[in-house]
Amino acid sequence: MPLFEGLSGKLQEIAARMRGKVRVSEQDIRDMMREIRLALLEADVNYQVARRFVEEASARCLGSDVLEGLNPGQQVVKIVHDTLVDTLRRQSGKLQVSPSGFTTYLLVGLQGSGKTTTAAKLALYLRKKGKKPMLASVDVHRPAAARQLEVLAKQVDIPCLVDPDEKDAAALARRVSERARYLLHDTLIVDTAGRMTVDADLMEELRRISAVLKPTETLLVVDAMIGQESVAIATAFQEQVGIDGTIMTKLDGDARGGAALSIGSVTGRPLKLICTGEKLPDMEEFHPDRMASRILGMGDILSLIEKAQEALDEKKALETFDRMRQNRFTLQDMLDQFVEMKKMGPLDKVLDMLPGMGKKPVDASQVDPRAIDRSLAILRSMTRRERMEPSLLNASRRKRIASGSGTTVQEVNRLVRQYEEASAMMKRFASLSKGKRKGAGFPGLPF
Amino acid sequence: MGLLDPFRKGLEKTRKLLGAGFVRLSAAMGRFDEEWLQELEDSFIAADAGMTATLRLTDAVRSAIRRTGDVSRTAVARVLADEMRAILGPPAPLALEKGRPTILLLVGVNGTGKTTTTGKLAARYRTDGFRVVIGAADTFRAAAIEQLEIWAQRADTPLIASHTGADPAAVVFDTLQAARARKADLVLLDTAGRLHNKQHLMDELAKIRRVIQREAPDARCDTLLVIDATTGQNAVSQARQFHEAVRVDGLVLTKLDGNAKGGVALAVAVETGLPIRLAGLGERLEDLVDFDPDAFIQSLLPEA
Repeated sequence: MPLFEGLSGKLQEIAARMRGKVRVSEQDIRDMMREIRLALLEADVNYQVARRFVEEASARCLGSDVLEGLNPGQQVVKIVHDTLVDTLRRQSGKLQVSPSGFTTYLLVGLQGSGKTTTAAKLALYLRKKGKKPMLASVDVHRPAAARQLEVLAKQVDIPCLVDPDEKDAAALARRVSERARYLLHDTLIVDTAGRMTVDADLMEELRRISAVLKPTETLLVVDAMIGQESVAIATAFQEQVGIDGTIMTKLDGDARGGAALSIGSVTGRPLKLICTGEKLPDMEEFHPDRMASRILGMGDILSLIEKAQEALDEKKALETFDRMRQNRFTLQDMLDQFVEMKKMGPLDKVLDMLPGMGKKPVDASQVDPRAIDRSLAILRSMTRRERMEPSLLNASRRKRIASGSGTTVQEVNRLVRQYEEASAMMKRFASLSKGKRKGAGFPGLPF
Repeated sequence: MGLLDPFRKGLEKTRKLLGAGFVRLSAAMGRFDEEWLQELEDSFIAADAGMTATLRLTDAVRSAIRRTGDVSRTAVARVLADEMRAILGPPAPLALEKGRPTILLLVGVNGTGKTTTTGKLAARYRTDGFRVVIGAADTFRAAAIEQLEIWAQRADTPLIASHTGADPAAVVFDTLQAARARKADLVLLDTAGRLHNKQHLMDELAKIRRVIQREAPDARCDTLLVIDATTGQNAVSQARQFHEAVRVDGLVLTKLDGNAKGGVALAVAVETGLPIRLAGLGERLEDLVDFDPDAFIQSLLPEA
């Protein structure tokens, strides 16, 4: 993502210019805000929303005092980030449940936004929360759309109502609603037809469906990759059908999801849930702080700011490095680390959360999620002594480990090589931190 | 004008957005100044043209005005049109030859309209007298095969499919065998939507490419990346990463009608230089047309 790198670079340039200054001038803030505005636009935040946001952040900057431990440039970024988190927090909310005991969620959105998959994900998500959901499709237009929902529903074993012969969506809606109540479900999730565009026919059909179902919440499903049009689409659905919240999909891609800010700003309706993967359990609540970092695309700068604020104790850091060096990094440590990593969830997502990783999205993506499992199998097929004394691993031991773990000797060799590289890197790291580093911060980070 | 009509109609909204603003502003002010340029910049950004293309366009206008002093509306429109033409490059239609076996591999992220485009391409070349075979290499999405079956029936084209969860490369292999047996001129391969930052899925595509290379070394094989025109700046990232993984030969910009503002065509072209071959202007079979840069530009700028 060269654009984003360029931006970070420019911000750092401005920040460097400001270093040593006690007060930030209005011109400094204007320069930085121009870069912030570009960052927002590249993240597909609507241009008017971006402008308004930048005005608010500028006002906050002008009125603020310099914080301890931060240079003025870092402080501006911090204020912008905090403003964004505040805004997104105001625009977040939880799913509402009907006091009547029977809750209906109506999913609306454009074609290809991921409504059908989202419907199945939502059902699974709610079942995990103890609900008894039922799925239904009232899409009477798209070939095989209802069928897709049926297949997905079967995968998670949630009952699903479809009728490929019914041509009247509103009549179908009435039937599924009655049926779901009759079968004593407490939650009904209704998937609707998408269109390529917001057209009058679609809106009319949705209005009729909505009138029949009287949904507890109408949820707009939007693709995280959507561009400037997000505002017009959200407004159209808001005005003509009425929405209570948004679900954003495909956040497992590298789109920065600026629409989350835009839609909340223009509709005043909260972002409720996000989809973070292709698999059905990949749905979660929305975290304003993570989203803010994603939209700004400045994970590295922000993490630095955090560190500066924590007034990182250099001595402590050095001690850690020293310990690492003295204790020697063994295959046992590697096994422990892999086990820890597995606990944190799918690796690509863990990597996404790490600040600084945003700069190297390729590294994060090249990790095969199954690779860790294979490595674990290999490590576990070793004896404890072998893990503590990797030099023991001769050809015959490697052969035994390979057959024990269901892998090949080549893979065992690769893992050992990986270990050797890691262990060499640790040593380098430790000696580096002991020697040259005088200034604050970790090696390998900017500033 | 016949050829331009679908474009003009399809891009009505884009034209309204850029064109109307253009006329209104210049009429009100009589001349172009910095403030106007700022508004011009905003309208390109609002059309998803991205910062790089937008700045290139506004800079071109600024320097032209400085050079010639001509601030008339027609002069500015001409500068914009020339610059957009430079960004988009010459027309680059698919240009398939009957009798020479051609394989079109359709790739893209989820929900951009790959299956629909496959169906429309089948219908289009079937009408032109090609012997077409479709391969359902999207074995991931539930009911993707059924959706393609309906399209194949409509286009009266044989469909080679396996079951959901099958190895897509195996489906491609079967399709190529069937195509050879039927002496097909054109093989259309619909693949599963995949996010471009998932390395293992991109590897899967590379494998499909290898199978094609091995099984049909003499055939022309083009990879078409299908991009949803409502996508924002992520389209650039998609184009870059798909190109890196499987070498993209051309782009298909779908959903260019109605909501889409289409400026993303400029963003992708300026950042990657990949040719835009086809545009999807609607839901009907005949709404998939060759992308014509001039018509696109004319639809953006009145009287250019």
